[in-house]
Amino acid sequence: MPGDSSAGGRLNVLWLQSGGCGGCSMSLLGSKAGDLHRTLAGAGVELLWHPSLSEASGAEALEVWRACADGRTRLDVLCLEGAVLRGPAGTGRFHLAAGTGEPMMAWVRRLAARARQVVAVGTCAAFGGMSSGGGNPADACGLQYEGDAPGGLLGAEWRAPDGLPVVNVAGCPPHPDWMVETLVALGMGALGPADLDRLGRPRAYADQLVHHGCPRNEYYEFKASAHRPSDLGCLMENMGCKATQAHADCNTRLWNGSGSCLRGGFACIDCTAPGFEEPGHPFAATPKVAGIPIALPIDMPKAWFVALAALSKSATPRRVRENAVADHPLVPPGIRTAGRK
Amino acid sequence: MKRVVVGPFNRVEGDLEVTLDVEGGAVRAARVCSPMYRGFEQLLAGKTPLDALTIVPRVCGICSVAQSAAAARALASAMGLEAPANGRLASDLVRAAESAADHLTHFYLFFMPDFAREAYARRPWFDAVQARFQAVRGSAAAEALEARARLLDLMGLLAGKWPHTLALQPGGTSRAVLPHEKLQLLLTLRAFRAFLERTLYGDALERVAALDDAAALAAWRDARPAGASDFAAFLRVADDLGLERYGRAHDAFMSVGAYGPDGAPWLAPGVYDGALHPLDPASIDEDVSHAWLADDVPRHPAQGVTRPAPDKPGAYTWCKAPRLGGRVVEVGALARQVVAGHPLARDLVARGGGNVLSRVAGRLLELARLVPEMERWVAALAPGEPFCADGALPDEASGVGLVEAARGGLGHWLEVRGGRIHGYQIIAPTTWNFSPRDAGGQPGPLEQALTGLPVGDGEAAVLVQHVVRSFDPCMVCTVH
Ligand code: SF4
Ligand code: SF4
Repeated sequence: MPGDSSAGGRLNVLWLQSGGCGGCSMSLLGSKAGDLHRTLAGAGVELLWHPSLSEASGAEALEVWRACADGRTRLDVLCLEGAVLRGPAGTGRFHLAAGTGEPMMAWVRRLAARARQVVAVGTCAAFGGMSSGGGNPADACGLQYEGDAPGGLLGAEWRAPDGLPVVNVAGCPPHPDWMVETLVALGMGALGPADLDRLGRPRAYADQLVHHGCPRNEYYEFKASAHRPSDLGCLMENMGCKATQAHADCNTRLWNGSGSCLRGGFACIDCTAPGFEEPGHPFAATPKVAGIPIALPIDMPKAWFVALAALSKSATPRRVRENAVADHPLVPPGIRTAGRK
Repeated sequence: MKRVVVGPFNRVEGDLEVTLDVEGGAVRAARVCSPMYRGFEQLLAGKTPLDALTIVPRVCGICSVAQSAAAARALASAMGLEAPANGRLASDLVRAAESAADHLTHFYLFFMPDFAREAYARRPWFDAVQARFQAVRGSAAAEALEARARLLDLMGLLAGKWPHTLALQPGGTSRAVLPHEKLQLLLTLRAFRAFLERTLYGDALERVAALDDAAALAAWRDARPAGASDFAAFLRVADDLGLERYGRAHDAFMSVGAYGPDGAPWLAPGVYDGALHPLDPASIDEDVSHAWLADDVPRHPAQGVTRPAPDKPGAYTWCKAPRLGGRVVEVGALARQVVAGHPLARDLVARGGGNVLSRVAGRLLELARLVPEMERWVAALAPGEPFCADGALPDEASGVGLVEAARGGLGHWLEVRGGRIHGYQIIAPTTWNFSPRDAGGQPGPLEQALTGLPVGDGEAAVLVQHVVRSFDPCMVCTVH
């Protein structure tokens, strides 16, 4: 029987949603892994209950939650999508779990205590995300972080029985592969503390920068910059792009077939990072001091950046310069006709 | 009288709880509760207006592009900006793809699995329906998800990613299309059409779109052999269970109009209650008498406020109660098709109003009409011509963005003062459909649709689910 604690070798996963938008689940459904259910089942992942996918509703669904909470069903992984809503005044009443009259915050705490592993799906559940933006009206936080400050609902010290902190599959939303691969890795027992970065994100995707593989890299090299939405140039200098600092593989593992934020013509807003919701400047504009962006590429000393930028701007080929401010290439690459046999 | 609380409702987007007062085996009164509040309208205040493009998609991951489009429109109207034809076509395509994906997800993943429940084990169609539509195990889900993922390739190309794109801008879209990419878009739509014609309908989309009354629909259903059409399978189940008798609300339908140039949209705006009336957005107001929000007079959203009052007596939801000239209206695909004058939608409504059958049929009728339209929009894209216009936002301005999301009319009202967002109010489709009572005690559409419904064990227990899901609710949108 599914979820029976006697059934070995399976990873029982319970997926709950709280203060988020449901976009993480919607992104998951876009998985190109073909038959999502079979892919997960093949890795031993048994979804005990998921709010958009499961049959059980109302009392039957609550019975699944209760059986996990009181230990009748073995709970291997608790996935939470959406931030924990602590308001108003610490009561958690901004999100009462439907049918229970109890704050979702209390359910999450109780279930996390039983779970062998806790996974924060999306930046909301990981760090608070957009739900904690502005004045944070609902007092939203992540499971183990509030922004980049350790803490959150479960506290900085919380560890799963085998030593893993909360696994933060950050992203707003996360790429479907980031979620599927994390669950599959957990199902195979192949995710250890060393596979997570300092913020609990799976290094499989977080050890890359969005900048890697960006089709605008040639424009970046020459500082040939876009000025308006739909320009082809580099989005870093004027349009707020943080791809040189953002941890994710969005340009080598594409979205919805052939996409990424940059390929779609708009800036990376570093949605896998804590605090992305409050950049301290308009999202689509690059803050500068004396004409120089204040947030430079990670690992790059400012003097070098300034020197290289000046040099490369002076060396920009006409093709790159003109195409940077057009919405489709106006100047094709030249074709060399002489000197070759 | 007995009080029953139903929740959590799954296979809806977000959280939903329904309280039923039951007497003599039927619902005497229903109260619909959206039990979550995040406060997006509050957290937008004080931001740079263009930041709304990043923030509001996160109101809802299921209609994120519709939220983007409403924000882009509100900003465009504040800037006095009009998108070039390419930008409008591309943004219509992105929105239509989201709606099409939604209709598909609703039918296969959210709605049909309820007919595969044991309560129906004695029905002659049960074995076939269970094999096909059971949640997780049925054969249809995998096929539908694959077709959906393939359709969303259109998002990757035109919008970078879905959900939560920034491609939809006040002046158009940030992603111009090259000639060969036009072909890719067409091929993506062809693949989706092939799935629909082979699997969902078992017939050409144009023939489904041409069905003009309930009799034609019944004849079409009877001409499809079992297993050849998932839509026909639903129609057979609906016929056997008499689904046209359940879930009737107030039978006033509203659409803000969808797709195409302003002033001449493909689906016309209006209000239909047996006769067609023009839509007057100035007559919209929101009543918070039964919401956990500080009490006040009903306000037009341009003057709207949102102040949580979690201890307010008599309140039972975070959802406001929008009304149109004081009336309760229903929104959604059926409303859109009825208002736009599609003969089948009009006939279904003339016979039984909005109900479980007509809402689901309205959605699948719309999907059949939408895809050929999308093919025409792709063909009309003109690579080389601009996709995005430039503009500047005045420091003092106001703007309105009205668009049709999959689930119905979505409105954003923006007020800019001193170059910052001073007010931002959102009315989402489910805010209309799942609204609570207003000060005059009028129940919202779902509350009305549940009233009188038989409840009990077995089949009578699942009926509530059919009625709720016939609206395809989206709760995160509702309360934002
Ligand atoms: S992380 Fe982003 S996509 Fe996921 S629930 Fe939060 S807002 Fe939605
Ligand atoms: S490109 Fe940046 S903003 Fe876009 S999904 Fe990737 S990390 Fe998030």
